[in-house]
Amino acid sequence: MVSNVTSYSGNGLRDWLAQRLSAVVMVAYVVLLAVYFAMHPVAEQTSWQQLFGHVWMKIITVIVLLNLVVHAWIGIWTIFTDYIKPMWLRVCLELAVILVLAGYLVWGIDILWSV
Amino acid sequence: MKEQRPVNLDLTTIKFPITAIVSILHRISGVILFLFIPLMLWGLQQVLGSGDDFAVLQRCFAGPVSRFILWGILSALIYHIVAGIRHLLMDFGLGEGKVSGRLGARIALGVAIVLIVLLGIALW
Repeated sequence: MVSNVTSYSGNGLRDWLAQRLSAVVMVAYVVLLAVYFAMHPVAEQTSWQQLFGHVWMKIITVIVLLNLVVHAWIGIWTIFTDYIKPMWLRVCLELAVILVLAGYLVWGIDILWSV
Repeated sequence: MKEQRPVNLDLTTIKFPITAIVSILHRISGVILFLFIPLMLWGLQQVLGSGDDFAVLQRCFAGPVSRFILWGILSALIYHIVAGIRHLLMDFGLGEGKVSGRLGARIALGVAIVLIVLLGIALW
């Protein structure tokens, strides 16, 4: 079995599964939002504040953000592996993306808990 | 290596099959979504922030360019989800054959286009 030090799990099959599970989690979240905003006006700030005021919604959203980070990382890793051949460049870009994604996660948590 | 290999560099005769187009669009839409994560987080920050923050967001939406950008991001999301569902179905063995694969690609493209157009109508 080929293991890879920079891929999400270092294992192709596990990456494959994580990519799909995270996708399903995010689709469920999109459906949740779509159903909520079918019943509440999307252009009103109170709709958003009401929804994200609930602790369960904050927790769900953080879980979705974690799934997003994993999903994005697997996707970007695949694309970098496909198109960027010089090892040093690929590793530099991968590192940059990891830092950026970690930053998004922290930013997202900060946004949610300042409501 | 053989000396006389068939070479076709006439780009006008090279055409991507529909399955390849649906596949590359899935990848492109994924990259677009990745690139726009900060903008979406900023939007969430504004919509959950103070009344002033929300006013900034509303002013942004008033412009046709930003509305077009929003439509573009949501279109990428719609496409990525539809093509992703096709992928999941293929994981379960549905639409993997040569004929069924093409049919699945056509259906995915068609469904995505309809949803994107409907979104456009809703936004304008």
